[in-house]
Amino acid sequence: MINFILKRISIAIPTILILIIISFILMHSAPGGPFTSEKPLPEQVLKNINAKYGLDQPMYIQMYNYITGIIFNFDFGPSFRYKDRSVNDLIAQGFPVTLKYGSWSFIIAVFFGVSLGVIAAIRQNSYLDYLSVGFSVSAQVLPNFVMAPILVLIFTLWLGWLPGGGWEGGKIQFVIMPVIALSTSYMASIARLTRSSMLEVLNSNFIRTARAKGIPKYKIIFSHALKPTLLPVISYLGPAFVGMITGSVVIDMYFSTGGIGLHFVNGALNRDYSTIMGITILIGCLTITFNLLVDIIYAWIDPKIRYDS
Amino acid sequence: MFAELIFYSFLAILSMIKSLFAFLIFCIIEGLLTFGGNMKKLFSLLFSVSFFILSTNTYAGSHSHPVTGEKLAADQTFTYWHGDEHSSHDPQILEDTYGSNIARDLFEGLLNQDADGNLIPGVAETWSANDSKDVYTFNLRKNAKWSNGDPITAHDFVYAWQRAVDPATASPYSWFMEIMSIKNGGEVISGDVPPSDLGVKALDDYTFQVELTASLPYFAAMTTHATTFPTHKATIEAHGSDWTKPENMVSNGAYMLTEHVINERLVRERNPMYWDNDNTILEKVVVLVIPDENQGLTRYLAGELDQGPVPAGQYKKLKAEYPEQATSFPRLCNYYYTFNLSETGIEAFQDVRVRKAMAYAIDRNVITEDILQAGQTPAYTFTPGSTAGFDVPKVAFSKMTQAERDAMAVSLMEEAGYGKDNPLSFTMIYNTSESHKKIATVMAQMWKQKLGINATMENTEWKTFLDIRGKQDFEIARGAWCGDYNEASTFLDLLTSPSGYNDGKYSNASVDQLMTEAKTSSDSSKLYTTVERILAAEMPVIPIYHYAGVFMLNSQIKGWPYDNVEQNWYSRNFYKVAK
Repeated sequence: MINFILKRISIAIPTILILIIISFILMHSAPGGPFTSEKPLPEQVLKNINAKYGLDQPMYIQMYNYITGIIFNFDFGPSFRYKDRSVNDLIAQGFPVTLKYGSWSFIIAVFFGVSLGVIAAIRQNSYLDYLSVGFSVSAQVLPNFVMAPILVLIFTLWLGWLPGGGWEGGKIQFVIMPVIALSTSYMASIARLTRSSMLEVLNSNFIRTARAKGIPKYKIIFSHALKPTLLPVISYLGPAFVGMITGSVVIDMYFSTGGIGLHFVNGALNRDYSTIMGITILIGCLTITFNLLVDIIYAWIDPKIRYDS
Repeated sequence: MFAELIFYSFLAILSMIKSLFAFLIFCIIEGLLTFGGNMKKLFSLLFSVSFFILSTNTYAGSHSHPVTGEKLAADQTFTYWHGDEHSSHDPQILEDTYGSNIARDLFEGLLNQDADGNLIPGVAETWSANDSKDVYTFNLRKNAKWSNGDPITAHDFVYAWQRAVDPATASPYSWFMEIMSIKNGGEVISGDVPPSDLGVKALDDYTFQVELTASLPYFAAMTTHATTFPTHKATIEAHGSDWTKPENMVSNGAYMLTEHVINERLVRERNPMYWDNDNTILEKVVVLVIPDENQGLTRYLAGELDQGPVPAGQYKKLKAEYPEQATSFPRLCNYYYTFNLSETGIEAFQDVRVRKAMAYAIDRNVITEDILQAGQTPAYTFTPGSTAGFDVPKVAFSKMTQAERDAMAVSLMEEAGYGKDNPLSFTMIYNTSESHKKIATVMAQMWKQKLGINATMENTEWKTFLDIRGKQDFEIARGAWCGDYNEASTFLDLLTSPSGYNDGKYSNASVDQLMTEAKTSSDSSKLYTTVERILAAEMPVIPIYHYAGVFMLNSQIKGWPYDNVEQNWYSRNFYKVAK
């Protein structure tokens, strides 16, 4: 297992490097630049700015400086948009925010998603099943950019219970709506995955054997059926978790949470090369890490999977 | 070893989660069937724990405004909306309106504007120019202090102005110093001479003098611009670009920066060191960044903001519902379409008759009254009528009725050899936006119906759009321009041949000549009128409308400078009256 992990980590490094190079080239080949604006800057002014940010150098030197900056100083460079902030500043300020609402969303999505799925499966074709399936379907077709304004309308404007946005360091009343808006569609997917997987497991031979032996139903479900049921769910959870903690532009936009989701999209629109690169690398690293974790959990849950050859 | 440790701890966590699931599922199955009715109670309990009291509306009522005698609200906080995070609040670095709004509170320049846009003393108590108007002298007040208690001297201005043009600062607004015609401004920016050679000096601690390369009658007015605000040398040298963080920042305005979370909020609180602090009433000013306008409006209506946005097309409705809060006023901005008159443009647009016909055929009232609906005015000149010292010329097509304009357009188009059998075709480009799309659709439709023109609409994302337009890779393109200062040249300079912003590459020797003359003329207004007449005759751009500023303002907030067309507001002039 340790060999496997080491192998994966050694593959991860070149993967990240390729990711950096490709995004760097893609970013720089987009039309316009970070300092293109409605009022184009006079040539000399633009030249000074380009010199300040090193954009006057050939691209391979820029890339080399960028990569060595990260490796030796852990410096992701200055933001071109927020001129007196570095990308490290932006991530340090934004990532804890998305990590907080993302983790809560994840916990809630998994908690309720798996529960709903299991209930639906063991009470198949009962009203509980229909209720849970109905809920999942409606949650899935209600994207968060529709959900967010509706939540604000209800809880802020009509009921006046919760503030319509902001973060203020993550006080509970500011976290509730972002978490609801972010977790629902994930919850729905998890519920549907769990339900179909559970149904399949419940119809398999070893469950029938267990039932024939007279083992109580709850014991069959929790001790025998749940583990194989969760296999497909877990492979979904790795990327889903990364998706949630790296934030959502919709959440950041509607709730003004200040997370990195909005930086990611604005970075691309503003051609803020360094911000885009910084966040891409962050997401890349997290994705690789969580995919590795998923593989490890897989091996633990399903003894048939062996990574060491 | 370490990896194994992580692995086993992970196993432990997982088994915990598993038992949690078991418990939860048990609870839900049992719970759903038996205590379904109690769920409501549980939720209301959850909410009551997290109840949020929006703002303290209690007020003592003991304070009243020293001049007007109005009863003041106990909570003197002004919370307003920004649609995007500002790029910086460093005066020499900032480049957007949002940043300037913040900088005007955090800093104070030589001069300020009053509610009507007139010049009033700032850090400078008095100012004067020599007869040829190329040397300006500012006498600074002696009681002005930085927020750390240091006195503000002429040296601070020298430092800040040199910093603005220093190539090492790489200020995106350094060109502003160049158009201020300060001696050696351009040379410092291009690195030919050191910043210390800039034509600014401190005659003594409280006398600041600027030497210009040309006679500039409106120079003093330009010192209200944020780029010219003083900055604290010791702080900048100690912290580098981090000096603008709340914990480091030293400033000289009526407010100090106390909190800044990017894309969320910025808070500024009263500066006790400010020389006129006794006359400041608002205690605290908060900016909330809400990118979505509808969301901004919802939060305004929920009472979270004192000033909020009016999303496109909603002004009429809001005005009817909240007549005292929905506000519209003219802004120094225009909206136009520019023909590509360079070699890469199409031949038809070289014909002035075609350009005129296209400009005449657009019914601007449909655009302002049916699409935008927020107090915008139809534009027949490039410069907005609300610009100071600008007499709107009665250019030919502004006086006609739309029917007359249409008839004229049809005959001009026929003269030029285009008609329904020989239709003109081209592509019009604009940047992706719902309202640009609506306007382009209406324009294309009017051209189609009246002149038989086939206009293909094409939209691109903002930066790509700017790239295309800047490279003259278009036939006709949308444009908009907001004045940097309240003077017609800020608009008309755009259409001179050397202008870097002249994306249509229009070039007319008499326009260039008149605009050069206007710079030093004592009666520039006449010259601007002449330029506008030339533009109306040649139609290098099609003016569509002049912008209106719209917002919702809590009627408790008093002192908003509606009559200041540049909308340069200072929070220290506001106050909040009791309900």
